[in-house]
Amino acid sequence: MTTTAYRGQEEFFLDPQRCIGCHACEMACAECETNGQLAMIHVDYVDRAESPQTAVQVCMHCEEPTCARVCPADAIAKDELGVVHSANAARCIACSNCVLACPFGVPKKVEAMKLMMKCNLCYDRTSAGRRPMCATVCPSGALYYGTRERMAAMRPNSSPVNEFRFGLQRVKTRVNVMMPKGSTELVVDGGDAR
Amino acid sequence: MLSTLNIRALGWALLASALLAASVVAGSRNLQNFDGALAAYLFATLFAAFGIVYRYAVWLQRPPTRLYWRAGWRLLFSRRFPAYLAELLRRLVDELALQRFIWKRSAKRGLAHVLLAWGCLSAFAITIPLVFGWIHFTLRAGTIDVYEAHLLGFHAFDFPLGGFVALNLFHALNWSSVLVLLGVFGFLRRRITDAGQIATQTFEMDLMPLVLLVLISVTGLGLTWDYELMQGRAHAFMAISHAITVILFLLWLPFGKFFHVFQRPAQLGVALYQREGEAGAQAVCPHTGEAFASRMHVEDLKQVTSELGYDYRLTGGGSHLDLSPQGKRAALAKAHLAARNESGAFFG
Ligand code: SF4
Ligand code: SF4
Repeated sequence: MTTTAYRGQEEFFLDPQRCIGCHACEMACAECETNGQLAMIHVDYVDRAESPQTAVQVCMHCEEPTCARVCPADAIAKDELGVVHSANAARCIACSNCVLACPFGVPKKVEAMKLMMKCNLCYDRTSAGRRPMCATVCPSGALYYGTRERMAAMRPNSSPVNEFRFGLQRVKTRVNVMMPKGSTELVVDGGDAR
Repeated sequence: MLSTLNIRALGWALLASALLAASVVAGSRNLQNFDGALAAYLFATLFAAFGIVYRYAVWLQRPPTRLYWRAGWRLLFSRRFPAYLAELLRRLVDELALQRFIWKRSAKRGLAHVLLAWGCLSAFAITIPLVFGWIHFTLRAGTIDVYEAHLLGFHAFDFPLGGFVALNLFHALNWSSVLVLLGVFGFLRRRITDAGQIATQTFEMDLMPLVLLVLISVTGLGLTWDYELMQGRAHAFMAISHAITVILFLLWLPFGKFFHVFQRPAQLGVALYQREGEAGAQAVCPHTGEAFASRMHVEDLKQVTSELGYDYRLTGGGSHLDLSPQGKRAALAKAHLAARNESGAFFG
C-alpha cells in the first residue's frame, strides 16, 4: 500500500468556459490506473445545433454525495479526505440510481460489467501528492489542480465557488468552479432546459 | 449501545437464529447425530446467521434498498410471473453461477472469482450439513469396509471404503480448498501488481479476506496431509488451527468483505425492475429530447431522494432529476455561461 501523501492545500478548480473540447483530458483520464483504461471525465457539446460551446465535467466530490445516499448497495464511499470513491466492485449491483440521481451527471455505468465507475480524483496519483491526469494535460486551464493562492494569482477576476443550487437543493462540493469575482454560488434552476 | 440497536432487525435476527437452532435439533434427531467435536463450529455458524440477518435487515431499511427489495418481489409475483421467473432463472445461472459479468471486467478476474466462489460455496455445502448433524456416516453392521451415509437421520446410500465414491466424499473439502487457493492466488497477484488496486485497497477489506482464505485452505489440506503422510502426529495442531481460522471467518462473515455474497442476489431484483421499466413509459430528457431511463425509475428516485432529505424540485416546476445525465451537465454549463455572460466577461 502506498503511503498517503495527500497535499491538503491543493484543490481542484474547474472552469467550464475555458474548455475548448480537445478531449485531451479524456485521453489522460483513460490512463488513470484506477479505472481500467476507461475515461471517466465528460466532455460534451452543450447544444451542438446552436453553438460550439463545450463543457467538461469531473466528479465534484460532494460533501453529502447524492450518489452514495441513493446507492442501494452501499457501494459508494466518501473517505476522510473528502474523496467520493468509485463503486466498490464487490457490491455494485448496477442499478443506475447514482447515474440518474447525481446532480452533476457524473457516474457512468458499464452494464456488461455490472459496475458503475466514476472519477475518484485519480486517487492513485492525488493520494501520493501528484496532480490528477486530466489537470496535467488541459491546455486551456479549464482543469487546474493546485493551491488557492496560485489560482488567485492566475485568475484575479474570478472566485472559486463550491456551492451549488439545483432547484431547491443546495450542494456543497470539494471541487471548485471558477465564477465571476465575488460569486458565492452557482444556481442551476431549469433555465431554458426546463 | 441500546439506542443504536435496530429493534426490528434484532427481531428478525433472533428469529432466524432460533429457527436455525431448531432445524439443527430436528435434523440431527435431537442431537443424537450431532458431533460434539464440532460444537464450536455450530456456535460460530449460529452467530454468523444472527449477524448476517441483522445486517441484512438493517440494510433493507435504507430507502433505495427497500425500493428494490419490495419492487423485486412484487414484480416477480405479478401477472408477468412466468416471464419474470424465466428471467430470474436465466440470470441465476448467468450472473450468480457463471458470474459472466466478472469475466467482462477481465477474464483473469472472472476465472479467479469463479474458482474462489465455487470453492467456498462447495465447502459450505459440505460442512454445514456435517456440522448441523444433518449428514453422518456409520459402518454397516457386520462389515468393516462398507459405509452408510445418513441424511437427516434417514439412511441414504452405501459405499465401499477405498472406492471412487469414498475417495471423493472424504476428499471433497480438499478439492474445495484447491479451488479456493487457485482463486485466491489470482486475486493476490492482482492486488500486489495492479497500481489502481494498490492505491485504493485496504488491508481489512481486501487483503485480510484473502489471507484468511489461504489459512483456512492450507490448514484444511494439512489435516489430510497429517493423516495420510504423518500418521496423525500433527492432528491436534492441524485441527485446532483449522478450527480457529474457520471460526474467525464465520464470526467475521456478517461484517467484512464476504457480506457481498448475500448482497449480490439483489442484482436479480434490479433486473426485474429494469425489465418492467423497459416495458413501460420512458423518461425523455427535456435537453436532449431522448429517452434515457424508465419513467418509473425517475419517479421512484424523486421519492427516494426526498426520503433521504434531498429536494431537487425546480422553483418553476419540474425537477432537476427530469434531466438525463447529459442534460444535467448541459444545464450546469449553461448556468455557468449565463453567470459569466452577466458579469460582462467570459473569462477572468
Ligand atoms: S458529483 Fe455526483 S458522482 Fe460526484 S460525489 Fe457528487 S453526487 Fe457523487
Ligand atoms: S449503480 Fe452501483 S454504485 Fe450506482 S447506485 Fe446502483 S449499486 Fe450503487
